[in-house]
Amino acid sequence: MAYDLKKELEKPERLAAGHRLCAGCGAGIAVRGVLRALNPEDKAVIINATSCLEVSTFMYPNTAYYDSYIHSAFENSAATCSGVEAAYNVLKKKGKIKDNFKFITFGGDGGTYDIGLQSLSGAMERGHDMVYVCYDNEAYMNTGVQRSSSTPRFADATTSPVGRLTSGKDQNKKNLTEIIAAHNIPYAAQTTFIGNFKDLHEKAHKAIYTEGPCFLNILSPCPRGWGYETSEIAEICKLAVDTCVWPMYEIVEGQWHLTYEPKKKLPIEVFLRKQNRFKHMFKEGNEWMIEEAQRYVDEQWNKLLLKCK
Amino acid sequence: MSRRDRMSGNEAVAEAMRQINPDVMGAFPITPSTEIPQYFSKFIADGKVDTEFVAVESEHSAMSVCIGASAAGARAVTATSSAGLAYMWELLYVAASSRLPITMAVVNRALTGPININNDHSDTMGARDSGWIQIYAESNQEVYDNFIQAMPISEEMRLPIMVCQDGFITSHGVSNIELLEDEEVKNFVGEFRPENYLLKHENPLAVGPYGTSPYYMEVKRDQAQAMKDSMPVIMDVAERFEALTGRKYGFFEEYMMDDAEVAIVIIGSSAGTGKEAVDRLRMEGKKVGLIKLRVFRPFPRQPLAEAMCKVKAVAIMDKAECFSNSGGPLFSEARNSLYDLPNRPYAINYIYGLGGRDITVEDFYEIYNDLFIIYDTNKPGDIYRYVGVRDSRYGEHGFDHKKYDE
Ligand SMILES: Cc1ncc(C[n+]2csc(CCOP(=O)(O)OP(=O)(O)O)c2C)c(N)n1
Ligand code: SF4
Ligand SMILES: [Mg+2]
Repeated sequence: MAYDLKKELEKPERLAAGHRLCAGCGAGIAVRGVLRALNPEDKAVIINATSCLEVSTFMYPNTAYYDSYIHSAFENSAATCSGVEAAYNVLKKKGKIKDNFKFITFGGDGGTYDIGLQSLSGAMERGHDMVYVCYDNEAYMNTGVQRSSSTPRFADATTSPVGRLTSGKDQNKKNLTEIIAAHNIPYAAQTTFIGNFKDLHEKAHKAIYTEGPCFLNILSPCPRGWGYETSEIAEICKLAVDTCVWPMYEIVEGQWHLTYEPKKKLPIEVFLRKQNRFKHMFKEGNEWMIEEAQRYVDEQWNKLLLKCK
Repeated sequence: MSRRDRMSGNEAVAEAMRQINPDVMGAFPITPSTEIPQYFSKFIADGKVDTEFVAVESEHSAMSVCIGASAAGARAVTATSSAGLAYMWELLYVAASSRLPITMAVVNRALTGPININNDHSDTMGARDSGWIQIYAESNQEVYDNFIQAMPISEEMRLPIMVCQDGFITSHGVSNIELLEDEEVKNFVGEFRPENYLLKHENPLAVGPYGTSPYYMEVKRDQAQAMKDSMPVIMDVAERFEALTGRKYGFFEEYMMDDAEVAIVIIGSSAGTGKEAVDRLRMEGKKVGLIKLRVFRPFPRQPLAEAMCKVKAVAIMDKAECFSNSGGPLFSEARNSLYDLPNRPYAINYIYGLGGRDITVEDFYEIYNDLFIIYDTNKPGDIYRYVGVRDSRYGEHGFDHKKYDE
């Protein structure tokens, strides 16, 4: 059946309105987009790392989730999910549970690239039947925009501020999707919010319905931390993929595929210029920063193309 | 019906776990508790249990697995020691506040600094405020018996529980032990039937909210109440256990306390050495007694105070230092419990046995001797003392270097 956003939106919501995420927050879009890919008859348990998402969607006594949900700590959502999935397997075997459950974990980039990486690596290696979704907003937003290993080079973050001696973050962004792919899991993909959400939907559906540990990395812009107008999110995402800053691809059973190739690869400035976190890069004398950023993106893109051949 | 066997404390825990057949175990190796998941993995490999074993990459994840599994509606167990317990610390609080009845076998070992694999109680004493019930054992038999009593207590109160034993001393020491039949254990422990759980399809559950100040404090108050309410439950379970086995358990054991003039309060395997000293001193006509504390959380404040009150001077023994400058953790709480009594005994503290330092019958002799000095002179002297430590500047006791320098 062909993908139809209108039809998809007619499905019952699994994340209720009225949560406390900022208007235009990418995290909420990512969660709704992933949960829409669940077959309506299937049950799910949502596992969540401490993050903007968690504090905004389950503040006692209100939860925004129609499905069962558990938050335990910042760095252990993949391990917590492992426990839920292990419980499901044994209780199902014992005949105590009849329904089909799916296990979907959401963590921010801090909870995934950094503090939760060990727990995630463990869960992927053990092979639980689960999906781990990183909603990547490229900094620790919940605690006030500190740098993470996902923050791109030159971004102005509160623990990598631009100053007289500094030009924002010194290091390049960690390539987490590749690290997770190196666990040889059946499915891993990168996506973001493009057009009618077909790419996100299809990848989420594959991740949920492929047996074994699957991983989705979703670039999920944060208007507050990145410094852009909330209405511009679609444009920001489009520029991220058209400049190849955030390529969309998937790795199915070890085979790499690009799922989107820009008709014309745009220069990185058009992505950077939209956001306050990069505004120092456009000051006179800082042209080298843009050149370096461009060189890095080109290098990464070319490497990816080789893998996808 | 029971059967006799010879086994180590670790084997006894694994055997109890096999008989219980829990749903999920998440565990990570650390000396001296490593054998527990090893024995248990073999039971799984041989199809003797239905348990899902999650071979996690850390203790942090072991406890996270238990939290996830327990919230999902499964009976979850784990085992650890020392640094492993310390690594779980953050999640101990999560488990307790989420009211998840997880059962953890802790094989007590010193905390690192410097690294040391031998027994003391600094690991579980460090976790004493995390909201877990804590039960300690003197012997392999008690290790086994406590493990079987743990789950009914924990599940009734919806509080997680640590079943503690002394590293190497009971965990690796082999001794005679009386085991229950599998069916007896299954009946005693019963089925786990949580009211709400993540996998309850007709009623989804949300666990682990952001609890703001209008709500947080009630969560803590409820935990405190549950800890208080677990007192009679611990006794009920002990009575049921006695009816089944003839073996009697309580919050503590009183040894030769009826006519004692001085006494020692102690936790764990060293109580055995202490009792030997009591027996010998009794033969010399000295009226000495001993109280072995079994349940440290909830702290049996009133009954313990009443038991200590039978004597004129008590030495409260801590196998953990908490650097408070006013004695170890057991001392602080036991001495505190005496405050409301009109005629309270003198109470002094000994820190002993850190990092596996041996405590001998002779050490206990000295301690009883000190107590009789207090008894006779009514002068407690320094109430915060060390026994068996190398530098005599730190206490009144000389130290026999030859005894410890090998
Ligand atoms: C062990 C631990 N360290 C630090 C924190 C504080 N903390 C909570 S959320 C957070 C940042 C979350 O960042 P990320 O995972 O990227 O999610 P975001 O808020 O950006 O969506 C931090 C540092 C914590 N809760 N636990
Ligand atoms: S700060 Fe950013 S990530 Fe957090 S809720 Fe607001 S928009 Fe979302
Ligand atoms: Mg983030």
